[in-house]
Amino acid sequence: MTAEKFGRWAMRAYLAIFLIYMLLPLAVMGGAGLNDSRFPSVYPWKGFTDRWFVDLWADERMWGAMLNTGWVALAVVAISVPIGTAAAIMLNSLQSKSRSFLYGFMVAPILTPGAVIGISTLLFWNNFGVSAGLHLSIMGQVSFIAAYVMLLVLARLQSFDPGLEEAALDLGASHGQVMRRILVPHLYPAIAAGALIAFFQSVENFNVTLFTRGNSDTLTVYVGSKIRSGITPTINALALLLIAVTIILAAVYEVLRRRDAARKAALIAPEDA
Amino acid sequence: MQEMLRRYGYGLTFIMSLLVAFWLLAMVVVPNIILLEFSFRPYLPMVDVGGPKDVYSFNNYLTFFTSPIHIEVFFKTVIYSSLVTGICLIITYPLAYILSKVVKPTDAATIFLMLLVPLWVSEILRSFAWFIILGNTGPLNALLLYVGLIEKPVRWIVNYQGVIFGLVYAYILFMLFPIYNAISALDTNQIEASKDLGAGTIRTHWRVVIPHSKPGIASGCVMVFMLSAGSVIVPSTLASTNSRWFTEVIQQWMFEGLDWQVGSAYAFLLLVLCIMFVSIVMRVLNVRLVDIAK
Repeated sequence: MTAEKFGRWAMRAYLAIFLIYMLLPLAVMGGAGLNDSRFPSVYPWKGFTDRWFVDLWADERMWGAMLNTGWVALAVVAISVPIGTAAAIMLNSLQSKSRSFLYGFMVAPILTPGAVIGISTLLFWNNFGVSAGLHLSIMGQVSFIAAYVMLLVLARLQSFDPGLEEAALDLGASHGQVMRRILVPHLYPAIAAGALIAFFQSVENFNVTLFTRGNSDTLTVYVGSKIRSGITPTINALALLLIAVTIILAAVYEVLRRRDAARKAALIAPEDA
Repeated sequence: MQEMLRRYGYGLTFIMSLLVAFWLLAMVVVPNIILLEFSFRPYLPMVDVGGPKDVYSFNNYLTFFTSPIHIEVFFKTVIYSSLVTGICLIITYPLAYILSKVVKPTDAATIFLMLLVPLWVSEILRSFAWFIILGNTGPLNALLLYVGLIEKPVRWIVNYQGVIFGLVYAYILFMLFPIYNAISALDTNQIEASKDLGAGTIRTHWRVVIPHSKPGIASGCVMVFMLSAGSVIVPSTLASTNSRWFTEVIQQWMFEGLDWQVGSAYAFLLLVLCIMFVSIVMRVLNVRLVDIAK
């Protein structure tokens, strides 16, 4: 019995160490944004300061990069969500052989290194006289982010009853109505999750953007160039802000998920006390 | 296709087909064909492009195969990416098991929520965090000195050490999540049955849990290897004087040499490496592509 108890204790300790390992580096990095030291570090602690945030606020290049990142991410969401959804619907209505053939091509971009996607996108559009720039970054990012959306929507389609579409058609609904009123509402959670993931994937993308961006900056490229040329704790201040945004969005995501789960539980077990 | 037409009509089917065709042709298939085509062409001044000197050859690939340094960098990238993949697998397999079979599901959900933060923070910041931690006067050395484990600061970022620290931290969650999903789908009764029939812990894992989690292991290994071998930012942030990564050589051709033709050849070699790794994993673990990309 004691051996089993020890085993459970050891497993919990291992889990705790892993969590510390995953979270502590982020705390160290964020904390360095508040330390009054010219080189980013938390040790030795030279006192609390907000000067790195003031510097960050005054950095015009950072603002330009942030604006670019926002535009690129919105464009990527706007293009990859329809493509990924259409691909999932198409895949779902195909026979097994052509289905696995197309599936292979659709997931290939996920398994391709970002540098390869970036360079091939650059060469492809260069053939048509389109030079590098953020528009190419959007194209390159969509090529693999659409695949993530496709996988999410495809998973959701597993729980869809095609009989509903049949019924609607038999009752005289138009094709547009079937799509708008029956299929898309069912897919809505997967589409929303896909849009969120597409946004995050785009914001944090570095490899594809690096090879396609031309002379434009995005936030990750900006951080990358700052790390290579003279580091200041302004990067840590930016990191702290990004971590804070991530925590808030993760909390929102969790609240929505719990509310959804509670509603489902209420549907399954109606109050009949 | 008939099915789609019947349900959604010609208009919607046409639009959806157009979207998918644009994606697969203009973003996936043709760009890669052009990459391959480009890699056989010579680097010429503008006026000679399309002229008599613009002929296909293997010269760009010969540049690689006649450069001992580039071959060495390529193999070091392969070896250290495999090492990172192995480390991630060893660390996360027990964790995936604990999270899916030992911890209460509500606790596991909370833990995954906490892990969303490092997952969603850009990899550039994740490697920057380790740049701070591993610094000579950084917190890790300070802690070890304080505890008394070391007597003078250790240089952590030597050879490929810093890169390995960074890559493991950056990509370990891509190993944890698929293995967790695979083990969660295993009926706990099977583990109980194995124990009741007299199998020890190791035997139960070897014969029951691991075979069941093969698709997750395959998926995790493919993702971690591909991300590591193709990583640009981690090897450049945590590099020491003698650690070079294959993507850095590609960058040199593209940005410093401005020789996109040789750059394409090198990028194509990286792609071939990843395709080979995927097929080896599929063969060894006996899984299908559908199991890997989920």
